[in-house]
Amino acid sequence: MESTSSSRTPEVLAATPSRRTVLAAGGGIGLAALLSACAVGGGGGSGAGASGSGKGTVRALFMKQAGYSETDIRTMTKAFQAANPDITVSADFVAYEALHDKIVAAAPAGTYDVVLIDVIWPAEFGSKHIVADVTSKWPESWKQDMLGGAVATPQFDSHFYGVPWILDTKYLFFNAQHLAKAKVDAGELDTWDGVLKAARAIKSAGVTKNPLVWSWQQAEALICDYAQLLGAFGGTFLDSAGKPAFQHGGGVQALEFMRQSIVDGLSNPTSTQSLEEDVRRVFSAGQASMALNWTYMYGMANDPKQSQVGGQVKVLQTPAGPSGRPGVNGSMALAVSAQSKNQAAAWKYITYLTSQPVQEKYALSSLPVWKSSYDNPAVVKTNPAVVPQAKKQLADLILRPQVKTYNPLSQALQTEIQKALLGQKSPQQALNDAADQAATLLGS
Amino acid sequence: MSVASAGTAARTRRRPSRWSGVKGEARFALALLLPAAVVVFGVVLYPVGRTFVISLFDVTSPLPGDYPFVGLSNYTRVFRDPAFYGVLGHTMYFTLVSTAAELALGIAVALLLNAPLRARWFWRSLVVLPWALPTIVNGALWRWIYNGQYGALNGLLETLHLSDTPHQWLGSPFLALNMVILADVWKNTSIVVFFILAGLQTISSDLYESARMDGAGAWAAFWRITLPLLAPSIAVVLILRTIEAFKVFDIIYVMTGGGPASGTQTVAFYTYLQAFSNQLFGYGAALAYLIVLAVFALAMLYLRVLRQGQMAGVE
Amino acid sequence: MRHSRRYLIGIHVAAVVMALVILLPFAWLLISSVSPPADLVSSHVHWWPSHPTMARYRAIFTSSAEGGDNVAANFRLAMVNSLIVAGSTTVISLTVGALGGYAFARLRFRLRRTSLFAFLAIYMLPPIALVIPLYLALANLHLLDSKIGLIITYCSIVTPFCLWTMSNYYLSLPADLEEAARVDGCSRLGALMRIILPLARPGLLTTAMFGFLLAWDEFLYSLIFTSTTNAKTIPVAIAEFTGKYSSDFGLIAAGGVLATAPPVILALLFQRYIVGGLTSGAVKG
Repeated sequence: MESTSSSRTPEVLAATPSRRTVLAAGGGIGLAALLSACAVGGGGGSGAGASGSGKGTVRALFMKQAGYSETDIRTMTKAFQAANPDITVSADFVAYEALHDKIVAAAPAGTYDVVLIDVIWPAEFGSKHIVADVTSKWPESWKQDMLGGAVATPQFDSHFYGVPWILDTKYLFFNAQHLAKAKVDAGELDTWDGVLKAARAIKSAGVTKNPLVWSWQQAEALICDYAQLLGAFGGTFLDSAGKPAFQHGGGVQALEFMRQSIVDGLSNPTSTQSLEEDVRRVFSAGQASMALNWTYMYGMANDPKQSQVGGQVKVLQTPAGPSGRPGVNGSMALAVSAQSKNQAAAWKYITYLTSQPVQEKYALSSLPVWKSSYDNPAVVKTNPAVVPQAKKQLADLILRPQVKTYNPLSQALQTEIQKALLGQKSPQQALNDAADQAATLLGS
Repeated sequence: MSVASAGTAARTRRRPSRWSGVKGEARFALALLLPAAVVVFGVVLYPVGRTFVISLFDVTSPLPGDYPFVGLSNYTRVFRDPAFYGVLGHTMYFTLVSTAAELALGIAVALLLNAPLRARWFWRSLVVLPWALPTIVNGALWRWIYNGQYGALNGLLETLHLSDTPHQWLGSPFLALNMVILADVWKNTSIVVFFILAGLQTISSDLYESARMDGAGAWAAFWRITLPLLAPSIAVVLILRTIEAFKVFDIIYVMTGGGPASGTQTVAFYTYLQAFSNQLFGYGAALAYLIVLAVFALAMLYLRVLRQGQMAGVE
Repeated sequence: MRHSRRYLIGIHVAAVVMALVILLPFAWLLISSVSPPADLVSSHVHWWPSHPTMARYRAIFTSSAEGGDNVAANFRLAMVNSLIVAGSTTVISLTVGALGGYAFARLRFRLRRTSLFAFLAIYMLPPIALVIPLYLALANLHLLDSKIGLIITYCSIVTPFCLWTMSNYYLSLPADLEEAARVDGCSRLGALMRIILPLARPGLLTTAMFGFLLAWDEFLYSLIFTSTTNAKTIPVAIAEFTGKYSSDFGLIAAGGVLATAPPVILALLFQRYIVGGLTSGAVKG
């Protein structure tokens, strides 16, 4: 089109290099030298963490809108600072989805001293030295006084990488009115077989089209549900040698149960695109009669301002399968960042937040990790329907595999389980394929 | 500085100004480009270099440490990864379909907005709306519309008595990918419209006049005059939208999280999973640079095909 | 130029269809933002809310408790942050890009092709590749959780884009314009400033619009680099409306409606310039 396009002129091919070329070449060489000299993989140069003097500033990273509210945490922090005038705490709050990424990105820079970690992260973070090993700091008394599920939460390879703080598991919520209309007795919901029977009765009575709704979207939520069913049917994720075992026995039965409930029309087909909040919404709109979900759903589903079934919602322990009724361990722990230069002060802060008096004070937001709290009338009063169930359930939790390659393992499982739920593969085939991928991951 | 320096093959004529002649051009170019170079490379040169170095090591944590040097093995690992091919397929499909749709619709709407409509400012302002909606909200909006339980799309079909059973729009992998494309095209066609519209302004109406006088119909005028003269704008749009499609992350993150059954995982999302969720930084870095190479190759292909080589100094 | 009646009716019908396609999802966004939560989850779609409520908008505009659980107030602050960050980024990138783009389009110099490729390659790189090194760099400069840190980061993404699109736009302008100016005694810089740039207004504005959008929309870097309302931008604030334990699509919709306003206003202000262009008759094609 134009004649001014890159027509070569002799000047461009001049033999003597122009100043710019020399500069460019020199810059390139210098850069290469610089890069090769730098340590690979991080290089903030901050070095390892340090214990510190036990005073100074502590920066903490929490999660938004879950467990304890931001106001709760800020109040706790104020009280802590009043009792420990040498320590100042500043707290940041991020959405749950961003929590893992923020911890990873901030690790080399050592931005945070205290971080909130999910139960599936101690193996990953501990083995990569992102959170500090605090086994030596753990008092023996804690191991007796805390609930079993809590003690298991921050562990990897028999070491402790944090202190449990938010305990949670999934309970069975049901709509009492729906059950009454279908003439189903709540006692039947004690086993999964009973749940299916109840669902069939509700469906044929025309009360709801798909009585069950689940959070089976391709996300960690899917593995939580699967874990709970796998435990009920007596399966395990890994065998004693650390090899995949979910493709045998209980693991397969759990997936077959899930798939069959969709095929029979008992489970809402939207389940495969739903997360916990979608489950709550469908349940609160009266379009599901039974659902598994975390503790928080009880308050919201019974609140007439947020739910159309307020006052009709009841909660039970997760139903029992042939082998038991473990709840999935969905807890979170507070950890000291391994790069922190103020680990002593960070530990003091964590000890305060997880102490029994503080936890009991805010029991309405999140249930305590201490055994004796569940007998404390004040705690029971905060949530009289949930606390007795929690007391039973939280003593019996199933963990997802605590291995350092948990994330890719979970992703492989999620993809394959979804394929089975969508009918693209048989449950056994899907789990076999997942086990193959898992074996490679675990071996590496 | 004396212009008549011996020993160069340059034949610069004597010019009074420092900025004339070829050397002057080069200096002027340097002056013009220096701010851009500072703004861009001042910030990213170190991260880009570091990430490239990381791609040559087996890095599995964000912290500094002794990682084994693996050369190009991270790159070859990409091609040995069975999951990668599915992801690549989704990305190619996403890119091709969304870019084609945006281009076709964009040209159509741009022609419409260039036509003698009444109250043109109103129609043009409307086109701005989807562009202005943040991708995060757009993703949430369409996820809401597609919801199988209470979504507006099923509701619309029900109200119009077209269908009774609720469809699971995001429920199966291929359908979900197409629905994500729909959401993306709805939002991004606006910017294509404006690019093409700007390009249409450079076509003088005299050309259409003389074509009419020669008896050419509207369709012929479009093919012989409009399209060829729009070729530069089309090339720009193609390359930009292709780059954006290969980098697409936000809308997948919000709408489907990569599912169902990993059916909407695109290459950028997959890189995020590997690099961040799985902390395979070396592998993730290799993936990222492969993306750059792939997009680059595609861009050069477009430019060759459209004979717009001068856009990149490629002839 | 006279057009047939059929043609005129045809294009207006097409315009209406286009308007519907654009407005329907948007209307749904608006309706959702004023619908009570119960309506949003009922199995039969409520095309019109049973009890329209402005509560969400009220919360965003009037709630005072900053930070804390008050996501609505945070959103207000995030809007301000987004405007500042996106605006500054666009101004800087466009200036720098308009100048540099001219060099690529009209000037001959060594390494022209290489430097163009280098800039483009930066634009093609997925943001995820640079997150951690950038985080470190910003941390060392104490620019984390700051608007300046975000502006610096975004400029590095938006500038290559501006460079390239402006360079292509210059290529579409007739070459004889600068020649004519220089014959009249104008310097190269003068020709650029006084002749070319004014004519390039449509290209400048289109590039500015797209550049603004890139910065306005950016999610990943903002998510990782910011942590308080000092620098959180709209996408992050809206993403925080959806917690693991709470999500009201109506609030997201309200946020979305408000977030759309500034770009739309900007575009309305500038849209007539985009089509001013060469039709004023400076050069005949």
